[in-house]
Amino acid sequence: MQTDGINPKIPRMANQIAMFMESKPEAEGIEGLSSHINDFWEPRMRRQFFEIIDAGGEGLRPLVLKAAAKIRRPDPA
Amino acid sequence: MKDFIIPAPMFSDRDMGTPASKSKTQVTLEIDGFEITVPEGTSIMRAAAELGITVPKLCATDSIEAFGSCRLCLVEIEGRNGTPASCTTPVAPGIKVKTQTGKLKQLRKGVMELYISDHPLDCLTCGANGDCELQDMAGAVGLRDVRYEAEATHFSAKNTSGEANIDWLPKDDSNPYFSYDPSKCIVCNRCVRACEEVQGTFALTIAGRGFESRVHAGVKEDTFLSSDCVSCGACVQACPTATLIEKSVLDIGTPDKSVVTTCAYCGVGCQFKAEMRGDELVRMVPYKHGKANRGHSCVKGRFAYGYASHKDRILNPMIRDSINDPWQEVTWAEAMSFAANRMKAIQTKYGRQSVGVITSSRCTNEETYLVQKLTRGVFENNNTDTCARVCHSPTGYGLGQTFGTSAGTQDFDSVEEADVILVIGANPHSGHPVFASRMKKRLRKGAKLIVVDPRRTESVEGPHYRASHHLALKPGTNVAIVTALAHVIVTEGLYNEEFIRTRCDWDEFQDYMEFVADPRHAPEAIEMLTSVPAAEVRGAARLYATGGNAAIYYGLGVTEHSQGSTTVIGIANLAMLTGSIGRPGVGVNPLRGQNNVQGSCDMGSFPHELPGYRHVKNPEVRAIYENLWGVKIDPEPGLRIPNMLDAAVEGSFKGLYCQGEDILQSDPDTHHVAAGLAAMECVIVHDLFLNETANYAHVFFPGSSFLEKDGTFTNAERRINMVRKVMAPKQGYADWEVTQMFANAMLEGTGRTWGYTHPSQIMEEIAMTTPSFAGVSYEKIETMGSVQWPVNDKAPEGTPLVHVDGFVRGKGKFIRTEYVATDEKTGPKFPLLLTTGRILSQYNVGAQTRRTDNTAWHPEDMLEIHPHDAENRGIRNGDWVRLASRAGVTTLRADITDKVSPGVVYTTFHHPDTQANVITTDFSDWATNCPEYKVTAVQVSPSNGPSDWQEEYNAQATLSRRILPAAE
Repeated sequence: MQTDGINPKIPRMANQIAMFMESKPEAEGIEGLSSHINDFWEPRMRRQFFEIIDAGGEGLRPLVLKAAAKIRRPDPA
Repeated sequence: MKDFIIPAPMFSDRDMGTPASKSKTQVTLEIDGFEITVPEGTSIMRAAAELGITVPKLCATDSIEAFGSCRLCLVEIEGRNGTPASCTTPVAPGIKVKTQTGKLKQLRKGVMELYISDHPLDCLTCGANGDCELQDMAGAVGLRDVRYEAEATHFSAKNTSGEANIDWLPKDDSNPYFSYDPSKCIVCNRCVRACEEVQGTFALTIAGRGFESRVHAGVKEDTFLSSDCVSCGACVQACPTATLIEKSVLDIGTPDKSVVTTCAYCGVGCQFKAEMRGDELVRMVPYKHGKANRGHSCVKGRFAYGYASHKDRILNPMIRDSINDPWQEVTWAEAMSFAANRMKAIQTKYGRQSVGVITSSRCTNEETYLVQKLTRGVFENNNTDTCARVCHSPTGYGLGQTFGTSAGTQDFDSVEEADVILVIGANPHSGHPVFASRMKKRLRKGAKLIVVDPRRTESVEGPHYRASHHLALKPGTNVAIVTALAHVIVTEGLYNEEFIRTRCDWDEFQDYMEFVADPRHAPEAIEMLTSVPAAEVRGAARLYATGGNAAIYYGLGVTEHSQGSTTVIGIANLAMLTGSIGRPGVGVNPLRGQNNVQGSCDMGSFPHELPGYRHVKNPEVRAIYENLWGVKIDPEPGLRIPNMLDAAVEGSFKGLYCQGEDILQSDPDTHHVAAGLAAMECVIVHDLFLNETANYAHVFFPGSSFLEKDGTFTNAERRINMVRKVMAPKQGYADWEVTQMFANAMLEGTGRTWGYTHPSQIMEEIAMTTPSFAGVSYEKIETMGSVQWPVNDKAPEGTPLVHVDGFVRGKGKFIRTEYVATDEKTGPKFPLLLTTGRILSQYNVGAQTRRTDNTAWHPEDMLEIHPHDAENRGIRNGDWVRLASRAGVTTLRADITDKVSPGVVYTTFHHPDTQANVITTDFSDWATNCPEYKVTAVQVSPSNGPSDWQEEYNAQATLSRRILPAAE
């Protein structure tokens, strides 16, 4: 499933959440996006998410990048 | 069946003759010298029944309106002429009624004599012997001899000269479950009226006049099976004789006791009397006091229970080292230690998070609670999920965000007060048939209907109703339509400002209004996108907003999309805009798929929340369970089903305990599911049958059917219904006992142990730990018949309607619903959109219904395709076609119909041979990962037969299902 170590579902799902949150005022959107990922994404997914962020966040919508700071970084596996 | 009922009924099960009146005005009268006060509009017959006086009757029964044809229920009223029928004569203040006089006795005896003169006297060998109202009435009126010898009868195949009797008709045994014997018919019309009034199908009629009057299904050439009859059983139940009778009664005999229990099919949650002889189930009869079904049933709950004793049922635990080996039957103890050792070894090697569970929406609340407890308290992670993931998880999210509870707002009785019914992405006719009958009854009384569905489903029009608006949208455009409905309501000033000001956050409403009033959301602006004429959308919005009590009912056509959660939010917005919340006749009502999907969500099956929808991140909630269970609860959310499969393919998830759920057939993108399962080292399947998922299992725990255990199911109304054990588990243990044995095998050596001896103790633990269940107990359910959560100090008797004085979350929250097109798009390679659904006679993946005679109606999945699309491709009706998407290919036969629009094709997913989910993709709802079953870009082309995949799959399945004889 993985290509170059990155699960393509992760950016797609993050962007999908962003597209919903983008219709809100920005601060609320950032809060909504980060708390959604914190509440529903298990550590493995968040770890994969941060691999993308740490590699520059390619393919992620701007709101995702802005929200990343508020997303809980899980302990290493 | 008149005798012994468990539990001893709180309410009499007796036939009161005519339906209850709902009038608030009381009327007092005198019957046989006794005074009685009843609601205005009550029949004299029913008033007498209230006094314990049974007026003889044949054509009356309390499930249908009085008819007045049998002339047996005559009474005398002081000061009035003649002998009126007590069923059709309403009570009046101060009247004095006599039910038993010399004149009445003589008249009744005469009537019975005439009936009996044209009825066979084979009572001793008749299927209804001991359960026949004609027999009872003959006794009641003291009929001792019949003076008439009829020259012409309906019951003799030959006349006295040995010639064939043209008035004799043979039995119609075409329906697999009941028999129609015209020779025993007394033409009381009860069956015809039940089909019309209760079921709403109008399949039956009285053909002919006078002596030629006969009950007939459909048109002249039809049998029961070929007619419109949906086999709901209402006619059989209404029949006072053996004319319409269950074949099981003919076969076994009359039952000797009844046990009230709850159906294990859909989320309506019908209550039934399981009528037993010894430990053999004779028949299931819908229970009059079941508050969801009010005495009605459908073909599944009423008749399709044969799977529980089907030869395919596995009754011994089995294990195997590898999925390529045949199964080895073992003892329960061996199976438990094999499974526990494997799971422990996996956790030791790959870590605590490497195993998980899938709870079942088919099992009881108590069983589900134990399975999530197994992962949280024994595996010590939150890797639990349930099939709600793939059906109504967006409901939980959307309604939680807007209203504050993850459940429907009404009870089913509420539909009786609805004036406008908006059905979105649901086909109650097929999916929730008993609710559909109740809805159609209301529609026949004049309520208006709006349907939003890509297909012209059976719910769009039927006998004596037709949707005022059918918005046949392009699959995937729900959000655009729902937002456009709100646009019309807001821009045309049709919203309920007072409700919004008092009940919702006004600032959030201002923001929402600004968003929704934008011309880009106008019906005209989205017409190109949705293919729905703007005028229809405007008409529907106006009707919904101004037509009186407006109720929304929705199903999986809403949730199973990339924007499923957004549509649920949009639906909640519509209800808040119009003030359609908090009283009877309105509300937002998700039609739940499985019998206990509501319960499985309530019981903490989701990986991010503990029972009662409380997030695992909250330390005070974790503390409740940590103190009780003596373990640390993981504060991080666990894996959802799609995450489990992804993690398995990646190599970090290795062990699964899957109870009563066939993810290989029911979950999207079969190839991916199969790859995930194949990568695991221990898959434990706990089920009645070797289902498709079991092809990839290492351990098989045989399951018990709903007839074999005690517990509770929670239906779509939040109603907790009792499930009662009517026979011993055929494989030895109820499912909660199996989970407990497995937990104890896992806990060996830790000093901890589970020791439940009855499901009521599990419910006590649930009540003790979950605020919304605080007041639930088996005693309360026994006393009240059922109870709707929340049940607590504020609502000790439960809560039929929620959000009455205020929303659970405080103020109702309006949220913007921006339409985002799904990534699943048509193109030159895949130009058609596939949407999926279900059919009346089959249920879900068909594991149960395929193992019953319901296959008489639906032996295979068919592909519905519009004549235009079929012609383009050279496809004729019934041809094999190849259905391909970017995920996979399958073949099935074509059904050419204009129920679907050009560009849209439709199929069901009831048969593993078809495997519709080979085609569906891994796209999912943005908030919950609920799969996008309802939109897949496909191509259809002519084909010669099964695809390579289907053949390989069947070969693998056959190989995988081999069972070695038990070792001696």
